[in-house]
Amino acid sequence: MSTVSYPMADTATMLRRNLRHALRYPGLSLGAIGMPVIMMLLFGVVFGKTFSAGLGGGNGFDYIDFLTPGILLMSIASGTMSPAVGAAMDMTEGIVARFRTMAIFRPAVLTGHVLGNTILTIVSLVLVVGFAILIGFRPNASLGDWLLASGLLIALTVALTWFAIALGLTSKTAEGASNVVLPISLLLPFLSNTFIPLESMPSGIRWFAEYQPFTAVIDTLRHLLLGTPMDNGTGWLALGWCAAIAVVGYFWAQKTYNKGTIA
Amino acid sequence: MSSAIDVRGLHKSYGDKLVLDGIDLNVAEGTIFALLGPNGAGKTTAVQILSTLITADAGEIRVAGHDLHQDPEAVRAAIGVTGQFSAVDGLLTGQENLIMMADLYHLGRSEGRRRAAELLEQFDLVEAGKKMAMTYSGGMKRRLDLAMTLVGSPRIIFLDEPTTGLDPRSRHSMWQLIRELVAGGVTVLLTTQYLEEADQLADQIAVLDQGRLVAQGTPEQLKRRVPGGHIRLRFTAPEEFALAGQVLPSASRDEEALVLQVPSDGSVHTLRALLARIDDASLEVDELTVHTPDLDDVFFAVTGQPTTHENAEEKVTSK
Repeated sequence: MSTVSYPMADTATMLRRNLRHALRYPGLSLGAIGMPVIMMLLFGVVFGKTFSAGLGGGNGFDYIDFLTPGILLMSIASGTMSPAVGAAMDMTEGIVARFRTMAIFRPAVLTGHVLGNTILTIVSLVLVVGFAILIGFRPNASLGDWLLASGLLIALTVALTWFAIALGLTSKTAEGASNVVLPISLLLPFLSNTFIPLESMPSGIRWFAEYQPFTAVIDTLRHLLLGTPMDNGTGWLALGWCAAIAVVGYFWAQKTYNKGTIA
Repeated sequence: MSSAIDVRGLHKSYGDKLVLDGIDLNVAEGTIFALLGPNGAGKTTAVQILSTLITADAGEIRVAGHDLHQDPEAVRAAIGVTGQFSAVDGLLTGQENLIMMADLYHLGRSEGRRRAAELLEQFDLVEAGKKMAMTYSGGMKRRLDLAMTLVGSPRIIFLDEPTTGLDPRSRHSMWQLIRELVAGGVTVLLTTQYLEEADQLADQIAVLDQGRLVAQGTPEQLKRRVPGGHIRLRFTAPEEFALAGQVLPSASRDEEALVLQVPSDGSVHTLRALLARIDDASLEVDELTVHTPDLDDVFFAVTGQPTTHENAEEKVTSK
């Protein structure tokens, strides 16, 4: 008997499952969507004036403009919590055992998590841009720039989500999963040029911030949306990071998911 | 009859711990096969291997005519599995769970909805179908679980302890459902800790103990090897005990405890006959208990209770 595989149909079924979960269990998704908006308002409005002054505001420097690309990455980063926990919860329950004994497209279960989270993150990104514009974000980007920026943001979302799912799968419990992704959701956004320029950081941290993926992506976004100068090759570096994280995350996640079973 | 499941020399160990030590099984198509054993005997591991969930260390396994190692996808397409732990999606409603399964079997939208409605009806879940599965009782979850397994009309079904933790009523309705399945031509391999369950359902029983098959046969063959049920009579007065021993010569005697064990098949008829004899002799019985054979007895019988050891040895089928 030949068995036909239905990659698209099975992935779509798993995506529907994950979107239903997001609607049924809105706490996690709302938290992920709402947190960056709060950070945007907190740093933009509440601390904004002081930060702006400290960073030599006035001479054409607008802190909201500086801040927004970083907050977009923060949305992506904080959004990785929910698929990591979701994937870990799947593994602790019997449902994944059921899926594994069925003739369905193997990567569909995890891909469903990634696509679901990508859709939620896009919602979050749109909200952040909306609030940013409300409080004074003034990008001067062409449609092409916007498309490139959106593409880069989505690429980073997919990459980080695969990586977070791999991390989530390695932990035994949902609580564990929410802890192991903390470096992604906290460390990377804060130890980057999201809130302050690299020059103002202590040297050790500055070294980390300079070479970690978020900084390259943020530089590229600032260049695309605001026309700030950027080193040659930073854009490619940003894309390269996304590709590398995605590949490592994907294979690590699939390997962990299939561990001990007949593939 | 051709075999639905054929297993030879199945081995599995986790590190140093040997879980399955050379299992041979053959399950004929359209029959119920029960794997009987206590916790930790390796029942769940066996089911997990046969349902492609985990890999075996050694052994030839054919399920639905396909070699499990060479063509696991073909095996998966032929089987349905209801594991020991609920495999329903708690955040989806009963209906959504069934439709998700229909989608994964690629039944098509309208056929999937029709099948979901049909199964909700069959499993008495019509009202609950709109509620999230996490709100279901244990029995309802099991029913939904089995219903999900049936969406794709599998030819071979694995049920890992299908009634553990269910109340007696749910247990009986689960038994009824399993019988109906087999009446429709499906093959069922189930695991259980209860001799009664295996006895009620199975055409063939294999007794698993510490990773070895210690006995295999029909329920009748297996029960014949159990020392059997008996009625236990306890007396307070030694003279009553002595008198009873004369009235009931077939009983085995425990002089110290003043207890007589009268062999019995557990039927009302034999009990009534025994009570009549006790009445006729005006015996003063302090306590009467009816003991029917259970898994413990089977175990004693096949794993080395001295009185039945010889009998057990000749039928032992493990290697």
